[in-house]
Amino acid sequence: MMLARAINVSRRYGDVLALDNLSLDVPAGQLVGLLGPNGAGKSTLVNLFTGLRRPSSGTVELCGRDPRHAAARATLGVTPQETGLPSSLRVGEVVDYTRAHFPDPLSRDEVLARFDLTDLVRRQTGGLSGGQKRRLAVALAFVGRPRIVFLDEPTTGLDVEARRSLWEAVREFHADGGTVVLTSHYLEEVEALAQRVVVIGGGRVLADDTVDAVRGLVAIRRVSVTTAGAVPELPGVVGRELDGRRTHLMTPDADRLVRDLVAKDVPFADLEVRPTSLEEAFLTLTGSTR
Amino acid sequence: MTALALTHAKFQLLETVRIPMALIGSAFFPAASMLFFVVPFVGGDPVYSTFATASMVTFAVMTTNLFQYGAGIAEDRAQPWDPFTRTLPAGPGPRFLGRILAGLALMAISLIPVVLIAWLFTAATITWGGALAALGALALSALPFTLLGLAIGYSLPAKAAIVTAQLLFFPLAFGGGLMTAPGGAPGFVEDIAPYLPTGGAARLMWAAVGDFPFDLSATVALVAWTVVFAGLAAWAYRRDEGRRFS
Repeated sequence: MMLARAINVSRRYGDVLALDNLSLDVPAGQLVGLLGPNGAGKSTLVNLFTGLRRPSSGTVELCGRDPRHAAARATLGVTPQETGLPSSLRVGEVVDYTRAHFPDPLSRDEVLARFDLTDLVRRQTGGLSGGQKRRLAVALAFVGRPRIVFLDEPTTGLDVEARRSLWEAVREFHADGGTVVLTSHYLEEVEALAQRVVVIGGGRVLADDTVDAVRGLVAIRRVSVTTAGAVPELPGVVGRELDGRRTHLMTPDADRLVRDLVAKDVPFADLEVRPTSLEEAFLTLTGSTR
Repeated sequence: MTALALTHAKFQLLETVRIPMALIGSAFFPAASMLFFVVPFVGGDPVYSTFATASMVTFAVMTTNLFQYGAGIAEDRAQPWDPFTRTLPAGPGPRFLGRILAGLALMAISLIPVVLIAWLFTAATITWGGALAALGALALSALPFTLLGLAIGYSLPAKAAIVTAQLLFFPLAFGGGLMTAPGGAPGFVEDIAPYLPTGGAARLMWAAVGDFPFDLSATVALVAWTVVFAGLAAWAYRRDEGRRFS
């Protein structure tokens, strides 16, 4: 069962083509990370799936129906931007307001308890800290017992502990069979949560695979060494970063680079070879479009 | 649908009540005008104070609707909360209806001080039949100003909407003869007043509460304004939905 699907979808704003004949299927039970730089078309795609906009051409479906029909959104959960919570309403009231729209919502106490908001129930949202607002915003996505939730940058700006506990809530929802589409610039988040990564750039799907495969797709390794002088130019190095006396070299062939370093008799210490983070893979993939 | 509309109305009212200045603002002008102009000058005269009260009621109806819909909707449209509510599984109907219900409640609240002051501190009198007729006139008068407020709120950004409402309300009030006794306005105002929505509404209200001849052409003009504002409001709403849903 496909919970969300885009078929040959294009969307233009005037002269700008935000989505370019893009197709994407999200089957039930998946936890998908949607990655891409600003302006890649991520938000436009999410706005199409959540019924906020219509495509210029192509078809968008949510639970098999047009997401612009209210009934299609009965099993949809969305996070509001935390800056947009109505500041004079209390936490409990915002939860109740959202609950009123769903046929079979979670009880207010359950929502509050699950997202650690019980003590804040009588506080006006305008007086909450950034982290508390974020928790409330994410909680609202789960109020209506959704089958699919769209989480937009759910933990950006949270401290480590708060981030972990929100991730735990998302994992729990997923473990119970829930489907999650996570958009983030924050790549550690996608690496930590998602099984499948969709990289979007220039309104197209650039890569769509497992976290490991997307990392492997670019297969660039990071070779770090500490040297007294400068590291000479070596073949196969596609990127170089200097961090004090530490030099990081990006290369598709780490073995050859290490052999070259030894052969050229470069006096290095603390050799380290790491796979690139998803962030580095993602920058390499989208580099051509920028 | 209706239950959800009531929920929307409840939260709209809660948001307004939590920032009481908004409430005081819409109730202040008509009540203050009653206290400073009507009570000391014509408070002892049953006929004039009744007409003046009717004028102030019309004034309150105009300002509350112009400002709460004009400024309120324009501000809401700018909030990031607004797109979130449009992802919830309900069409725009309940939210729209809830807003109108909340608007009626707020209008009633801003009318209470005017009516109380008239009752306690002036010689204004009204028969039961007159009060009933006044309620009907009130409903008919509230409609064009609600629609004008909606047209402003849906077509302009918040700052422009507030200024537009401010620019409109004074000329409408003065030009419609709300600041003067029936027949007592400067000549040019007497000429144009019946054809302004405020003048039409006030004349309807005066005819309901006192011995003022029913003015057919003014009422026809009021209905015509209502149709014009309804068209404007529908156009602004569609344009806004089109831009946001497109």
